[in-house]
Amino acid sequence: MNDQALTDAFYAHVMGGGKVEADDWMPDDYRAALLKFVEMHANSELMGVLPEREWILRAPTLRRKLALTSKVQDEVGHAQLLYRVAEDLGKPREQMLADLLAGKTKFHNVFHYPTRSWGDVGIIAWLVDAAAIVSQQALRDSSYAPYARTMKKICWEESVHIMHGRDVVLTLMNGTDAQRAMVQEALDRWWGPLMQMHGPKTDPATDRDLIWKIKSKHNEQLRQEFLSIYVPRILELGLTIPDPALRYDQAEGRWQYTEPDWDELRSVVTGHGPMSQQRLEFRRTSRDDTQWVRDAIIGPATVAAA
Amino acid sequence: MSEPQDRVWEVFRQEAEGDPMVHGGSVRAPDEELALHYAREFYGRRQESHRLWVVARDSIVELDDPDLLDPPFDRSHKRPGGYIIKHKLEAAKARAATTGAPEVEE
Repeated sequence: MNDQALTDAFYAHVMGGGKVEADDWMPDDYRAALLKFVEMHANSELMGVLPEREWILRAPTLRRKLALTSKVQDEVGHAQLLYRVAEDLGKPREQMLADLLAGKTKFHNVFHYPTRSWGDVGIIAWLVDAAAIVSQQALRDSSYAPYARTMKKICWEESVHIMHGRDVVLTLMNGTDAQRAMVQEALDRWWGPLMQMHGPKTDPATDRDLIWKIKSKHNEQLRQEFLSIYVPRILELGLTIPDPALRYDQAEGRWQYTEPDWDELRSVVTGHGPMSQQRLEFRRTSRDDTQWVRDAIIGPATVAAA
Repeated sequence: MSEPQDRVWEVFRQEAEGDPMVHGGSVRAPDEELALHYAREFYGRRQESHRLWVVARDSIVELDDPDLLDPPFDRSHKRPGGYIIKHKLEAAKARAATTGAPEVEE
């Protein structure tokens, strides 16, 4: 087969629901799109622990401290698993970390914001992880089988985080007026970023990641799914969602909402969020501080720092 | 260039005693000691694995023979699904009912 015939056969295979393994031949544009997608996911898991780690030392009880520490360890583990998937596609892990720290690659919008109260810890673990699991569950059907298998494991662990977060929120909601106000205040701040998290509506007909089945659902599908499951669970606790336009449109069979602020999303993910630079700086410092461990175990770094 | 730290280890796990070992994922480590450490952190911290194996990826030998694994010719006679007996069984039973099967001795 010549290259074009091979490429056509490959796309016919994945578009027909076929799977691809790490050692299989794949066209360069599929490999590039897949790498970009998985690398962004890995970056998000790695950076995603920083907002929460700030609360480990301030956790209210020993059990909460254990749970939060364990969640942070899980998320870093997810980053490791995903960088493993990505490096099989040809980009060395050291290069991915260097690009992240240099601001050349992105991580999810929600990890560019500050965590101001213990209420944020509950809202993040419950709703940010819930929004993430909706898209991660859809990735279990990815045409790239090593990614799909990794997502099965990650989803299982994320379901623990959501229970931890919901438990934190429920405990606060059963507490004092001040605690309830703390959850409401956290929800008010996080709702905008949550609605932006899955990204603007895209045209499924031109979305290559969707056509090649790297992902199996488009942005608006994921957001609708998130709203269908979580709006009732938020409202039943007596919380208010800070969007007066939010309602389920029976006739259209979909949620209506105020258009999320896409300019904010673009600005935040390109490194202009309230905490973007501090979080990257923290990660740079931590890389330097832990260099001696890597030197001791695997020898001095062979890849030049960016 | 293949630096020792580039070695990839495939992780296999058994969920419960007696279950098959199934592929869990892979880790990258310079030697088997560190590979086991990674495997235990990623696949053994949540009581999800009864047993863990790590195998160097370059030690795995793969059979690459599509003519055998995905044969171009019909091989359905080698599988139970290759024998569709529903209608034959119905016909045989109907035939036996009309011709009268021999009585079974009590």
